[in-house]
Amino acid sequence: MDFNLTPDQELIINAAKEVCLGEFSKRSKETGESSAFPKENVKLMAEMGMAGIPFPEEYGGLGSDFLTWTVIGEEISHACATTGTIFGAHMLACYPIFIFGTEEQKKKFLTPLAKGEALGAFGLTEPNAGSDASAVQTYAAKDGDHYILNGTKLFITNAGAAGIYVVITKTARDKGARGMTAFIVEKDTPGFKIGKNEKKMAFPGLPNCELIFEDCRIPKENMLLSEGKGFRVAMQTLDVGRIGIGIGSCGLARAAFEEALKYSKVRKQFGVPISSFQAVQFMLANMATEIEAAKLLVLKAASLKDSNGKFEKFAAMAKVYASEMCMRVTNQAVQIHGGYGYTKEYAVERYFREAKLFDIVEGTSEIQRGVIANHILKES
Amino acid sequence: MLKIIVCIKQVPDTSEIKINPQTNTLIRDGVPSIINPFDKNALEEAIKIKEKIPSEISVITMGPPQAQEALKESLAMGADNAYLLSDRNFAGADTWATSYTLAKAIEKIGHFDLIILGKQAIDGDTAQVGPELAEQLNIPQITYVKKLDLVMEEPAKIIAERLLEDCTETVECRLPVLITVTKEINEPRHPSLKGVLKAKKAVIPAWNKESIFCDDDKIGLNGSFTQVMKIFTPPVRTERETLSGTPEEMSKILVQKLKERKII
Repeated sequence: MDFNLTPDQELIINAAKEVCLGEFSKRSKETGESSAFPKENVKLMAEMGMAGIPFPEEYGGLGSDFLTWTVIGEEISHACATTGTIFGAHMLACYPIFIFGTEEQKKKFLTPLAKGEALGAFGLTEPNAGSDASAVQTYAAKDGDHYILNGTKLFITNAGAAGIYVVITKTARDKGARGMTAFIVEKDTPGFKIGKNEKKMAFPGLPNCELIFEDCRIPKENMLLSEGKGFRVAMQTLDVGRIGIGIGSCGLARAAFEEALKYSKVRKQFGVPISSFQAVQFMLANMATEIEAAKLLVLKAASLKDSNGKFEKFAAMAKVYASEMCMRVTNQAVQIHGGYGYTKEYAVERYFREAKLFDIVEGTSEIQRGVIANHILKES
Repeated sequence: MLKIIVCIKQVPDTSEIKINPQTNTLIRDGVPSIINPFDKNALEEAIKIKEKIPSEISVITMGPPQAQEALKESLAMGADNAYLLSDRNFAGADTWATSYTLAKAIEKIGHFDLIILGKQAIDGDTAQVGPELAEQLNIPQITYVKKLDLVMEEPAKIIAERLLEDCTETVECRLPVLITVTKEINEPRHPSLKGVLKAKKAVIPAWNKESIFCDDDKIGLNGSFTQVMKIFTPPVRTERETLSGTPEEMSKILVQKLKERKII
């Protein structure tokens, strides 16, 4: 598979890289440690045209593709994983509207999302519906031309900052996955409010909140696809989300690797830089190799997506491999830093905590293995 | 529609220029070229005006063919038109011949309301091209502008704050006017992804001396009143002394030392 970028892709990526290096990197420590939402970075992504990279220009997008979106995602997460995760979660609202939305829905909702005028969020998880997505309890009761939503979502990334939400509900309680329906919900809809923001191991500036629906009336024009098709909307959205988490893991791992490499060359023990020890060299060699392997897997999934190929299995492979790779690489980056790596003085301490998010969100490693196994067994 | 012209210069990306001691010329090999940072402030100011008042921004640069890159970046940032003044006969121009050439190009572009330049280029550091261009075009000039307001009611005018050594001066002037800006005026934006794609496709007209009707004896080396005899890097002086003590003690020692050296 060939990942040679076209001159246009390269041009866009270089322009994005400049902002990542010039802006996001510069304040990444502050962004990574502060509980404030990184408004400035999000505004800049919007101004730069990063919000709608793979979508057609007629919907306010850049008219590029998922491979370009993926490569830029790596640059953002390399510069600042908080910003990269916001960028990835935004896609979870854009993508289902692009794929399943009617022309009107695309004009009304995808356009502001792709232009960066509104941030997107995706609400699936609930207190009792994590890996078992079909256990969603948020109920949408039909009432004439409206649906009335009641229930609570949990851990929703970008909640509060987002203007447009894609929310997965139940419209038939007894039908499991076939009783699920997806709706587009706007921020200021009466009966919809943002609940508690979770305090997490890392990413204090990344909102992960409850979405609370109390008799929230949603016009039926905001339904995605049709009643009972919500599980499909959710699953296909997560397929793309996995590429996002995969590449975010690669970006964060690369940042950790670079810190470790730099440190190993200046830190002296026994009179020589620690990079002259084989033990450290092997760690560095493994880190570099694993990052490259993970990136190739993620790019393969993205590239297959662009060519309308079957990318779902590769997206799951990319997600599980890259996120677990990121845990290993950030762990080794701390190890290379020794005692200093355990202190807040060095960025690797934060990277290690940040990495843990990626092998849990958007399908745990275990769920990914299940997805991969399903594909393999079906293919055989 | 307000017509704004921004003049930019492509310069080597380094504040420490290296000089070939044999030829006394700049060593450009291996040094990437950038838009002179102050000129980026000039362009940013033009774009900010355009965001408030309908305007058309034209960017001009004089330089070798590769200066096209600087123009493309300007288009990517948000300029509407770009013109490259490139001719072997323009080479070796001093600030006067440069401003003459720019003035001829501006005459060809035609109507303008506002011309903006950076206060100086980081390579030559003369700060002369802006003021000389205003003279060539016979329009007023306001240099070292750190804040700019436009008042569009007839007669349209600008209110500019000039950053001077120990004070700020506020000047009002009717259009058309030429201003040079300092870095304090704004923070230049990054070219957007859409912008770089658009700029890539743009065809930039290249004008030579004939296209802008230049007199041969006013351009390039022939048209230059000044010539650089020698460029050298002053030797770095490493002599230094660190004072210690309370601020009062240190300032006393400092005054004494300055007096000893007859600096004060």
